[in-house]
Amino acid sequence: MRLTCTVNGASQQVDDVWEGESLLYVLRERMGLPGSKNACEQGECGSCTVYLDGLPVCACLVAAGQAEGRQVGTVEGLAGAAALSPVQQAFLDAGAVQCGFCTPGLLVATHDLLTRSGRPSDPEIREALAGNLCRCTGYEKILDAVRLAAERMSEPGAHR
Amino acid sequence: MDFLRPTTWAEALEARAAFPGAVAIAGGTDVMVGINFGRLRPASLLDLTRVAGLQEWGTEDGAVRLGAGVSYARVIGELGDRLPGLAMAARTIGSPQIRNRGTVAGNLATASPAGDAHPALLAADAEVEVASVRGTRRMPVRDFYTGVKRTALAPDELIAAVSVVPPSGPQQFSKIGTRNAMVVSVAAFGLALHPDRRAVGTGIGSAAPTPRRAPAAEEFLAGELTSAGLWESRAELPEATAARFGELVAAAAAPIDDVRGTARYRVHALSVIARRALTWAWADYRNDPAKEI
Repeated sequence: MRLTCTVNGASQQVDDVWEGESLLYVLRERMGLPGSKNACEQGECGSCTVYLDGLPVCACLVAAGQAEGRQVGTVEGLAGAAALSPVQQAFLDAGAVQCGFCTPGLLVATHDLLTRSGRPSDPEIREALAGNLCRCTGYEKILDAVRLAAERMSEPGAHR
Repeated sequence: MDFLRPTTWAEALEARAAFPGAVAIAGGTDVMVGINFGRLRPASLLDLTRVAGLQEWGTEDGAVRLGAGVSYARVIGELGDRLPGLAMAARTIGSPQIRNRGTVAGNLATASPAGDAHPALLAADAEVEVASVRGTRRMPVRDFYTGVKRTALAPDELIAAVSVVPPSGPQQFSKIGTRNAMVVSVAAFGLALHPDRRAVGTGIGSAAPTPRRAPAAEEFLAGELTSAGLWESRAELPEATAARFGELVAAAAAPIDDVRGTARYRVHALSVIARRALTWAWADYRNDPAKEI
């Protein structure tokens, strides 16, 4: 089947999509957007987290046809033309990236959290990131990165 | 495989009748796992996410009618005050990503004994509204579960909504798992105190072939509260009453040993979480004297 949707603000159309295919497969294998990672394929790990109509979801659990006409946002859409997003920069600066496999999902989940809540408490951060597994960092640096991004984004005139 | 995308409820029911091999999909948190792992290869997918009205909830005859497409995240965000037990259960389900997609009706359709919405729905005497081109019918949720992952849905029926009456008293939910997020419950328990009709509602999860109530525990507790005048006095609940209630809840379970826990552990855990849930609910009841009944 043919699938048309908006990804990171640009209209995308792909053909020959199998009806049982996930949005994650479409993004990675048909649209050339491999930022969202394919790990557990059962919604456990969060490494495929993308925005679907503004809500963070596991792309592996969205049937391709369910994205028809919808707005999809992936990790590739977070950075601006000139600079990384504050969330991405904070992950780099805080050393929150080791193997990097979980990072795209954590970036989208963190971006969502900080868009909704300017200065989240630690329990709020832990709850918001509860669906994203990291097997390298032990999460401490990730929590540091989220706090750093929140601080920078809440400064007057900061871009989000 | 066909991908069917009805935009009205009538179209959805027609498609359900015309394509018996179709699998309905909403949040996809169960269906897509089956497809991704090659365990499920339906002749077609019946996507319900575009059906107008299915994503809405409203009040009807004093009950909240929750459209089949309402996500757990919206139950938490929009109905936490009116459906506290269900919202508590919803908060423990999966992760934010899962709660943004998964639905109460999907939990019902999958009918896993471990589905976390079930104990809350059972305790609150929820009703399930199912429909087909033949018409609409409603049933108490306790009649909906017929076996392990089996339901009273006919092959041509879809779940339209779940109706839950906002409670006259406190509700609680408790579950046991290996961590907070993304866990399949080892045992779960839902409790509702109904002071308006001097009744108690319970729901047991992950400890029997289907979600089930604990009728003996309900009758025991309602009887104790009535005979001791506790509904009116809101006095302290005797510890022995709470402990006996926990034992009777555990006695209603029929669990199995599996990878997540042994039957013996589940029975023990249920007696503990049921007693705790009652203790919390009773504390809520005592602290809310403003609510005249």
